[in-house]
Amino acid sequence: MAEPSAAPAAAPLVSVRDLKVHFPILSGVFRRRTGAVRAVDGVSFDIAAGETLGLVGESGCGKSTTGRAMLRLVEPTAGTVRIGDDDITTAPPGHLRRLRPAMQMVFQDPQASLNPRMTVMDIIAEPLDEHTRLSRAEKRDKVLDLMDAVGLSADFAGRYPHAFSGGQRQRIGIARALALNPRFIVCDEPIAALDVSIQAQVVNLLEDLQARFGLTYLFISHDLSMVRHIADRVAVMYLGHIVEIAPRDDLFAAPLHPYTEALLSAVPEHDPAAEATRQRIILTGDVPSPARPPAGCAFSTRCPKVQPVCRTTAPATVVTAPGRAVACHLVAGPAAAGSVGAS
Amino acid sequence: MADGPTVLDVRDLKVVFATRAGEIHAVNRVSFDLKAGELLGVVGESGSGKSVTMMALLGLLPSPPAEIRSGQVLFEGEDLVTCGARRLKAIRGHRIGFVFQDPMTSLNPVFTVGFQIMEPLRRHLGLDKARARRRAAELLDLVGIPDASRRLGDYPHQFSGGMRQRVMIAIALACEPRLLIADEPTTALDVTIQAQILELVRDLRRSLGMAIVWITHDLGVIAGIADRVMVMYAGQVVEMAPVRDLFADPRHPYTRALLATVPSVRGPRADKLQAIDGQPPLLLAHPAACSFAPRCAHAAGSCAVANPPRRPVMPAHEVACVFDMARARPAPVLDVAHG
Ligand SMILES: Nc1ncnc2c1ncn2[C@@H]1O[C@H](COP(=O)(O)OP(=O)(O)OP(=O)(O)O)[C@@H](O)[C@H]1O
Ligand SMILES: Nc1ncnc2c1ncn2[C@@H]1O[C@H](COP(=O)(O)OP(=O)(O)OP(=O)(O)O)[C@@H](O)[C@H]1O
Ligand SMILES: [Mg+2]
Ligand SMILES: [Mg+2]
Repeated sequence: MAEPSAAPAAAPLVSVRDLKVHFPILSGVFRRRTGAVRAVDGVSFDIAAGETLGLVGESGCGKSTTGRAMLRLVEPTAGTVRIGDDDITTAPPGHLRRLRPAMQMVFQDPQASLNPRMTVMDIIAEPLDEHTRLSRAEKRDKVLDLMDAVGLSADFAGRYPHAFSGGQRQRIGIARALALNPRFIVCDEPIAALDVSIQAQVVNLLEDLQARFGLTYLFISHDLSMVRHIADRVAVMYLGHIVEIAPRDDLFAAPLHPYTEALLSAVPEHDPAAEATRQRIILTGDVPSPARPPAGCAFSTRCPKVQPVCRTTAPATVVTAPGRAVACHLVAGPAAAGSVGAS
Repeated sequence: MADGPTVLDVRDLKVVFATRAGEIHAVNRVSFDLKAGELLGVVGESGSGKSVTMMALLGLLPSPPAEIRSGQVLFEGEDLVTCGARRLKAIRGHRIGFVFQDPMTSLNPVFTVGFQIMEPLRRHLGLDKARARRRAAELLDLVGIPDASRRLGDYPHQFSGGMRQRVMIAIALACEPRLLIADEPTTALDVTIQAQILELVRDLRRSLGMAIVWITHDLGVIAGIADRVMVMYAGQVVEMAPVRDLFADPRHPYTRALLATVPSVRGPRADKLQAIDGQPPLLLAHPAACSFAPRCAHAAGSCAVANPPRRPVMPAHEVACVFDMARARPAPVLDVAHG
């Protein structure tokens, strides 16, 4: 395997190599395996300590699965994930449990991830019970601090999850993820359910914590304006592959992959006048399924710039500039490095 | 679009939760109406009562702890508050479609997605199994899920977050309802698929005259699809305006603060995002004063004395504030008598 083609400037805390997650498709009365959903199909990237990597892409392209596989909440089919000195993919269960406090996840679906029979106090304290020896009073203080940090009133501590609005529940999940002072957090759509003001509070909070404790984030989001705000670099995923990875400003100023271009052009303006004049690239053509990915480039069925070669040969990943790589036949680069997403 | 017959008319709806810590006044005398083919966008602070309002009018809040303390919900002339549980059940999922904020909990994990889409088709429209199945595959395809017929046999956990959300949308649209209530229906969707869903919704409004309530935090979506916008804060409607007026000339201090917090993909990038300082009130009683006053940059003594009623400031533009934050007059101007 070649070196990562778009490595961050500093030494990586997290490094992912050729990660694959395939879910079996079972059919017939005997539930025989008749195929596989290639949810994640060979992705590689690094995240430096203290860095935020944004991960964006179409619904169903494999973002959550990538994040979950990195923390081994789902078993990878192939590939390696290293966090610090530890190989997550091969760590035995006991070792993995000791690593857990350092790596946390904020889930996409807040309600489903909160136990309805526990109060907020207990939910946030749960990881503290499991992994620390704090006294009751210390725990209580810590929980109240965390609630304050995410903008939840201390008066709510005795309430159960159902008594909260969607946005309030998401903040409970964030407070819980922060409880053990993790080094690396996978934030899976952490702010999608929040109003913009609270989104801003939470993003500012994540940034403050990062500045104070050197936290490292994988920030999965479809909100490109927030990704642009919080991410240092951005990886764009399509059908299980990373098609482009680049420093934030470069990506937003001049996207190279046709999918990235289409994605950026689809962001609505929050102003009806500007919205009326926005130029949008509308994708047509068949939306492929990860159970039957197209031959050649994964994007070829919908790419407005598709060439004959795209339908037969998967593009190699080319480094176009320091820290920037793209997997597209139409983009020429100085060197082919073949590790970001092409299979 | 907005001159069709009135489909929904909500008047003075008030919802209270009984909790151990006392009553929580989550929705306080909310009124709005909606015409056929019209799309009302609903925005507002997290916890401001958007979801509770909609759940209440669909009769979906468990009671206790919830209680509809007052108000009427007229759907095509019929009061849903008093019509009874059976009648509501016949209307829900048939003439009123709805998408909840939390797709994983509203889909049943033990049934296939296909079964859950076919259920309303068979129950309300009486389709046989084969036709329901065909229609279900069509609907899944319509919301952009590839390989639709195969995926009917999958369970919710085999779908991604955004796909589950689209399954909910497919179920809501299954019976071609007169009214669609969509609570954060696209939070888990990327912009391209979101655009596709919005396009679909536009078509349905045109072709079926479907009236829509669309709750979202995404002001870009509101700008693109809403006819009118309702802004909520602390269980009350603080501003209601045609979409262009709301963005060009917001009159309530909360709306103005909200619009100021939105970051952009295209403009300059801010180093620190703006947030509105302070926290919303706990609503342990019916608000006797303006609920936003403690966080409002323009608050004056009068704001703590009375809860300002909604009043028109321009045609079709109403605001619940004693001041008028007109763009031409940035300084607060006291223009109503109160006390
Ligand atoms: N069962 C309950 N018991 C007590 N309080 C409740 C209950 N359900 C909701 N609430 C409260 O009612 C208020 C309104 O909640 P609602 O879910 O309507 O907010 P929302 O505007 O939809 O917010 P979000 O944008 O975060 O979804 C919140 O403060 C919430 O804590
Ligand atoms: N347990 C599972 N069994 C089978 N297929 C699965 C399973 N989990 C996910 N998938 C499939 O893997 C693909 C990727 O799903 P994933 O949840 O990673 O998408 P995502 O990029 O996070 O999408 P979204 O933005 O909608 O959340 C989807 O096609 C999904 O249906
Ligand atoms: Mg996801
Ligand atoms: Mg809500």
